[in-house]
Amino acid sequence: MKFKKIAAVVGAFALAGSLAACGGSDDSGSDAGGDKITIGIKFDQPGLGFKKADGTYAGFDVDMATYIAEGLGYEEDQITWKEAVSANRETFLKDGTVDMILATYSITDERKAEVDFAGPYYVAGQDLLIRADDSSIKGPEDMKGKKICSVTGSTSAQKVKDEYGAVPQEFDSYSKCITALQGGQIDALTTDDIILAGYAEEFPGEFKIVGQPFSEENYGVGLPKGSEDRDKINDLIEQSFEDGAWEKAFNDNLGNSGYELPEPPKVDRY
Amino acid sequence: MDLFSEYGSAILEAFGLTLRLAVFSGIFSLILGVVLAVFRVSPVPVLRWIGAAVVYTFRNTPLTLVMFFALFGLFYQLKIGASQTAPLNEQNFQLAVIALSVYTSTFVCEVLRSGINTVPLGQAEAARAIGLTFSQNLRLVVLPQALRSVLNPLASVMIAMIKNTTVAVTIGVVTAKGVNEASGQMRTMMENEADQIVLIFIIFAIGFMILTLPVGFLAGWASKKFAVIR
Amino acid sequence: MSASVLYDAPGPRAKKLNWLYSGLVLVALLFVAWLVFSKFKETGQWEGEKWTPFIDADVWNNLLIPGLLGTLRAFAVGSLLALAFGFVFAVGRLSPLKIVSIPSAVVVEFFRSIPMLLLMFFIYFLQPSLGIQPTSIFWAVVLGLMLYNGSVIAEIIRAGVHALPKGQSEAGSAIGLTSGQVMRTILLPQAVRSMLPAIIAQLVVLLKDTALGYVLGYSELLNQVKQLDINFHNLIPAAIVVALIYIVLNTILGLVANWIEARTRRVAHTAGPVGATDTPELQTAPAAGMPSGIV
Repeated sequence: MKFKKIAAVVGAFALAGSLAACGGSDDSGSDAGGDKITIGIKFDQPGLGFKKADGTYAGFDVDMATYIAEGLGYEEDQITWKEAVSANRETFLKDGTVDMILATYSITDERKAEVDFAGPYYVAGQDLLIRADDSSIKGPEDMKGKKICSVTGSTSAQKVKDEYGAVPQEFDSYSKCITALQGGQIDALTTDDIILAGYAEEFPGEFKIVGQPFSEENYGVGLPKGSEDRDKINDLIEQSFEDGAWEKAFNDNLGNSGYELPEPPKVDRY
Repeated sequence: MDLFSEYGSAILEAFGLTLRLAVFSGIFSLILGVVLAVFRVSPVPVLRWIGAAVVYTFRNTPLTLVMFFALFGLFYQLKIGASQTAPLNEQNFQLAVIALSVYTSTFVCEVLRSGINTVPLGQAEAARAIGLTFSQNLRLVVLPQALRSVLNPLASVMIAMIKNTTVAVTIGVVTAKGVNEASGQMRTMMENEADQIVLIFIIFAIGFMILTLPVGFLAGWASKKFAVIR
Repeated sequence: MSASVLYDAPGPRAKKLNWLYSGLVLVALLFVAWLVFSKFKETGQWEGEKWTPFIDADVWNNLLIPGLLGTLRAFAVGSLLALAFGFVFAVGRLSPLKIVSIPSAVVVEFFRSIPMLLLMFFIYFLQPSLGIQPTSIFWAVVLGLMLYNGSVIAEIIRAGVHALPKGQSEAGSAIGLTSGQVMRTILLPQAVRSMLPAIIAQLVVLLKDTALGYVLGYSELLNQVKQLDINFHNLIPAAIVVALIYIVLNTILGLVANWIEARTRRVAHTAGPVGATDTPELQTAPAAGMPSGIV
């Protein structure tokens, strides 16, 4: 009999559980091809793709994505933004969670086997971000014995360690690296230069990018295998180079970073 | 098994780091836990409040955040907790040990307190009757009995602590060679060898069993050997 | 035994000394607080712009509350599954059939000895090879929570059953109940009631453990620290605020535990002092909403 009361308590938990389970709607699938488009971006990359406190999204990737979506016939309010963390990008495209991805997504042969790419719309390279008043680091070869930060699961810090003898510190987010860099506990942050530019822009005058990239990353628009929109998107990317939209997207988001806008890349219609 | 030929030494090194984290945190959390427990039963009200506040705060904060505050609050802001000139990996190691010790000590404290509750009233009363002071009473009569009666739950806390060393991955604790502790090493291997996930998991699961099971057995044996006969 | 048995009620001299000690400790505490305050001030942690975001409704609506919901969602689903898992394997381990009890014991002991972070990583990385798409971070977190905390809850329930007087199950058998009926109608209801505080204490642990989902990138409270920092460059203030939210959540859960404990105690009319002293390892020390639990 008393068991009923316990059952009631357990039942209350069950109710709370099911309510809470309904509460998060972020798992909702997309309706590709309808009057809406779902685009995967980063939510935590200042200057490229990030969620602002007012609930809107901003960044170079976001502006490029908006431009492409508009070219495909979608208004801004028809775009649903979805967080695409690095590990989820291929699966999101394969199972239709998103219609396309602009999330610092490098074109590689491995990925080409699983998804299609339009672009590249930007060529990035691994570089170093240091404190603005630090004159001791002029390139990766100066990193011997210096403390270098990157995020867990990326190979960027390991590379600087193996090739240039730096001491790596790995955190789970760039935010922590930036705080440590500000405080002087580490000497440099390494990842793609345009991501670094996002932080340089966020903290004006505090940091500088060394500007000696030691790798090449071609950022592309990720699409499901066999997507019909690929040619159209390639055209739109080229159009953005010509009509100034590309440059504007860069200047609006990364213009104060002290980082020079490179030449637009050549679109690879493979 | 080319998994072993490729990763064998890294796995050993990772568990070595886990073991070192566990041993240091174990010792410090026991010491700190006893201090906190003494605070919590002491005759000085302000010490009791401090003990309660420390226990309450750290028990209700996720260890991930405690680790974060050790590194970013204690070390980066207050510049204490580790030597500023020590190598990076040693700094992080010390801070992880501080975080784990403080966090675990609150659980040690509560276990000890429940142990003190199992010491019969007459024991403390008798001790006071023959004129022992609070500290003599605690040191000579109550704590020795309390400690013995809580060996098993204390072992549970220590086993949990050994497993909690994995959270050190969030502040990037590595060995001098740059190898992560066990959970970080397992993640790296799973990322690189996607077709051997199950085998990798079993290797690390066995590793942790080797670390944790003896603690339980030892406590079971010791609690029988040192049982307080009443 | 209350703490006061360890020492005499303070006399006039001891009272004066207590005041002195309290004063000294207070001065020391104030000094430490001032030290921390000034150091944090030096590094600019108290600047208004790092804290004003937390009185902005937008910040709560778009960042903190979604994060809180993520945490609560993992907690709710995780604790339900952990309770179910705990019941099944407690009953399994108590079964007279060796073919049931031995595998149950193996499962429980196995998952109790593996760090939860390892379980979460394993479930996360295993999904693609099982053909599950997209890889669900949520289920990696929730199943990890279930396996570990469920095993602990199974042990709590089992200990509760063991602590019942033998006469309970003997009486049941004597009136012709099967062992399943004895378990269901006599032992489990009493065991669960006596162990409810310990079970809820374990749920506090589970709530804190949802924070491990952060390592996998599950969008919960701790993840919002990063998001707040990107917007306002206030990594440390954001972490302080999130820590406070966790403390409040756990306090609420602790109060619920105390309330349930008080209720069940009021209606209890068991044959003996169930689970009172036989199992010190499971005795909770519930001091003001501070239930124990296994880390």
